[in-house]
Amino acid sequence: MADDLKVFRTWSSRFALRIIWALQLKGLEYETIFEDLSQKSPLLLQYNPTYKKVPVLVHNGKPISESLVILEYIEETWNQNPLLPEDPYERAKARFWAKFVDEKLLQSVIDVLVTEGKKQEEAVPRAKENLKYIEEELKGNKFFGGATIGFTDIALGWTAYWLPIIEEVTGIKLIDADKFPRISEWMQNFCDVPVIKANWPPYDKMVAKIQGTREKCLAPKGTD
Amino acid sequence: MATTDDVKLIGAWPSPFVMRARIALNIKSVDYEFLQEQLGTKSDLLLKSNPVHKKIPVLIHGHKPVCESLVIVQYVDDVWASDQPILPSDPYDRAIARFWAAYIDDKWFPSLSGMARGPTEEAKKAAYEQVVEGLALLEDAFGKCSKGKPFFGGDRIGYLDIALGSFLGWIRVTEKMGNLKLLDEAKTPHLVKWAENFCADASVKDVMPETDKLAEFAKMLMAKAKSAPPN
Repeated sequence: MADDLKVFRTWSSRFALRIIWALQLKGLEYETIFEDLSQKSPLLLQYNPTYKKVPVLVHNGKPISESLVILEYIEETWNQNPLLPEDPYERAKARFWAKFVDEKLLQSVIDVLVTEGKKQEEAVPRAKENLKYIEEELKGNKFFGGATIGFTDIALGWTAYWLPIIEEVTGIKLIDADKFPRISEWMQNFCDVPVIKANWPPYDKMVAKIQGTREKCLAPKGTD
Repeated sequence: MATTDDVKLIGAWPSPFVMRARIALNIKSVDYEFLQEQLGTKSDLLLKSNPVHKKIPVLIHGHKPVCESLVIVQYVDDVWASDQPILPSDPYDRAIARFWAAYIDDKWFPSLSGMARGPTEEAKKAAYEQVVEGLALLEDAFGKCSKGKPFFGGDRIGYLDIALGSFLGWIRVTEKMGNLKLLDEAKTPHLVKWAENFCADASVKDVMPETDKLAEFAKMLMAKAKSAPPN
């Protein structure tokens, strides 16, 4: 029986992109359902009642939510082009770094985007410190996954597209090529991978969205 | 079968996250050296083994450090694969277990903390309501995961049992000190029974702190927090 796969996503969700990449890297066919988060579909609410968010993967009618959980599910269900290493210690590292991206790096980068003045001055070194950990972990490998992209690359992948946009919108350079040579090279290599290249959201639309997010967060709303 | 590889765990007895690692190691009958951190200080070994987060637990297996409690639990399951599996065998069941474990860490535990640490009474009350709501979701999840058996994992303790069960000590302390019920025979009858079974399990009973001892520790922490700036 052919697998029935559906992905609920938005055009801009960096978490949904992880799922698209994983499915395409494994050569899997799927149907895409684009959501408008201001008007969530009844299906989305039914499939992800806890968070009511994208992405959701539905496999033969069974829903899975949370991007890293979905990635593990895809990896365990389809063996081709493995995304996780076989060695348990390397697997643990991949999971550790993916968690780091979501729990520490992401928020520290968002903090740079949505602040200004003194708050932003304090946010920038925190973001750079987190990027430094990533820089060190790359250890001269082309990808975290080795010669080909893997679980950690997919978790981190959004940075290759979003960070330059955040830099453009805020006027703040986060990835100096001389201070972060490995990340800079990793970003280029990552963006060269055909599955990655083919799926970035429209650039101008994304810049406008990020700009809009910054403006909305900075709009005066009383004392802070 | 436990290996003779050197296994150390850096942790502390009150920490639910550390308890997760200990339960996993107990399930697999792995002998390990438990290196307890002193409250208020971080050992050189901890800082060296977990430079990114500087937090417990850290599992050190043959000199290689593994950090983050649920990553450790999965690592233990991967390494000592033949004995008593911790994650379910079916990928979808695994996804459900991972989903709820992530929910517990990302949403539910911060609310539990918020009951004690919330900046205002209002915030604390809101946190309490979120905790109760979360337990209702987990009661429902228990029904679906356990399929009539005693644990989320079925006949034996599994990943999600460990993820939630590790908080039972703190749940009981919160109930005792706040004079309220979180696990309730009326609202969460399955979780009440599950909690008893979990705490009685061989892999848990020696590492679950007594409620009174934990309550004393909590009082001491609160007194410390009042007199010192936040860390």
